[in-house]
Amino acid sequence: MTEFFEGLGMSYEWAWTVATLVGILAISLIVMFSVAMVIYVDRKVLGAIMLRRGPNVVGPFGLLQSFADGLKVFLQETIIPSAANKGIFLLAPIITFTVALAAWAVIPFADGVVLADINVGLLYILAISSLGVYGVVMSGWASNSKYPFFSAMRAAAQMISYEVSIGFILVCVVLWAGSFNMTDIVMAQKGHGLGIVNGFFFNPLLFPIFVVFFICALAETARAPFDLTEAESELVAGYQTEYSSMSFALFWLGEYANILLMCSLCTLLFVGGWLPPIEWAPLYYVPGIVWFLLKTFGFFLVFSWIWATVPRYRYDQLMRLGWKVFLPMSLIFVALISGYLMATGHFAK
Amino acid sequence: MIQTLAFYLFAGLVIASAVMVILSRNPVHSVLWLILAFFNAAGLMVLVGAEFIAMLLVIVYVGAVAVLFLFVVMMLDIDFAAMRAGFVKNFPLGIVVALILLAELGLGIGAYGAGGLELGASDEMAPVRDDVSNIASIGALLYDDYIILFEVAGIILLVAMIGAIVLTYREPKPGARGRQDIGKQISRRPEEATVLKNPEYGKGIEL
Repeated sequence: MTEFFEGLGMSYEWAWTVATLVGILAISLIVMFSVAMVIYVDRKVLGAIMLRRGPNVVGPFGLLQSFADGLKVFLQETIIPSAANKGIFLLAPIITFTVALAAWAVIPFADGVVLADINVGLLYILAISSLGVYGVVMSGWASNSKYPFFSAMRAAAQMISYEVSIGFILVCVVLWAGSFNMTDIVMAQKGHGLGIVNGFFFNPLLFPIFVVFFICALAETARAPFDLTEAESELVAGYQTEYSSMSFALFWLGEYANILLMCSLCTLLFVGGWLPPIEWAPLYYVPGIVWFLLKTFGFFLVFSWIWATVPRYRYDQLMRLGWKVFLPMSLIFVALISGYLMATGHFAK
Repeated sequence: MIQTLAFYLFAGLVIASAVMVILSRNPVHSVLWLILAFFNAAGLMVLVGAEFIAMLLVIVYVGAVAVLFLFVVMMLDIDFAAMRAGFVKNFPLGIVVALILLAELGLGIGAYGAGGLELGASDEMAPVRDDVSNIASIGALLYDDYIILFEVAGIILLVAMIGAIVLTYREPKPGARGRQDIGKQISRRPEEATVLKNPEYGKGIEL
């Protein structure tokens, strides 16, 4: 895209800046639109599992429900509690939303369709997603109210605990792929399973790690069964309790953008991103972005299936699972996988 | 042009937020300004091409250390009146420390202006390579050339960790209900925990 703007007579620097800004805008719009549709899907799946209809009034099949909700929320009044710390109270949802969108910069949607193809892509995602906790913690503190504060405490501990395991899991993937660059990681999965199937998913050493990663992704995005930060039976609505109108909607959008990000990470790291599932030439005629979207959507369906199925964890069980089960397990797998790769001479290549 | 703009933006924000860390009255605001300073410092690292260090700065300092700061500070019950009372009492000490720092700063800048220190160039200095990424070159240095130092640092951290655990560990009091046996909890079946009773009308039940 930079060349296009250079063709319009700009210098390289300005062409690059304009192209990047256009890319940022395009990705934000696409992600926001997907979030709206995915919220609809989430509610529809939940409805189907609970033998209800789900949203079905606004638009054909209720497809426009999310947009109607967005419009409604936009017209509502923003209420700021008098005891709240005003600046931080308003900053918190903005941080949640911005951080949720910022991580998308390094996600390759198809071969070469990526805003920033940096060689520390995975670390960038880890760094940005570790900022997500600030939105929750700041909102909980600034609300100056009991339940949001409890929720913030829980969120801080929960996110830090599971980030450690996620870090070790990513180390395993990076060891096998030999790069932190997202595109390289996807390309390393090409023909990974005996030259027939694409994806680390089909690797017996990496499959257990994938399962742990998926559960950690649930915990990191505070989805059921780990939604203790907004456990409605204990904490009213958690850190969002005091929020209304757009500030509430920003939390909501950020949360779903994060869920989509985790789904696309599962896709990119374990099931071969934009590559077709099977190494078979006709499948390559389908555009890569279709495979990417299909796989991401598939993971999202599993997310909402889990939401509708499992009961919530108790807080001490959540901490135990993170520190006493997943952390040792992922550590063992780092040793196991690096040992296997050394023994088979993977790094010599 | 854009790099220059970005540099002044990041550098200005680092300084401004560092100033705000000490100027803000509310400790929570201080921590938040500190986080902004860390984040912009990471931006400066990216500008000089040390993207790996930048990401580590964000992951370790912003993502973990500062969260714990915030965690602790948020739970403090701050008495602003008591803090102001302490200001007058500690003022002379603060002035002395500030003067020492100012003198050292002046000395440093003066020495730099006088030509700086000539460091002898080592023969075994690692050559700067342009063809490998940041991560690869740091990895090669850390795990090939300085492996012993790296391991020693790891051992020191392990000792510190064990020390922290030993200091905070409390033996559970005999008879306390604290410990939970997760295996026992999971393997419990409904039949063991519930009884179905069909009481007659007007009579109570005994469990």
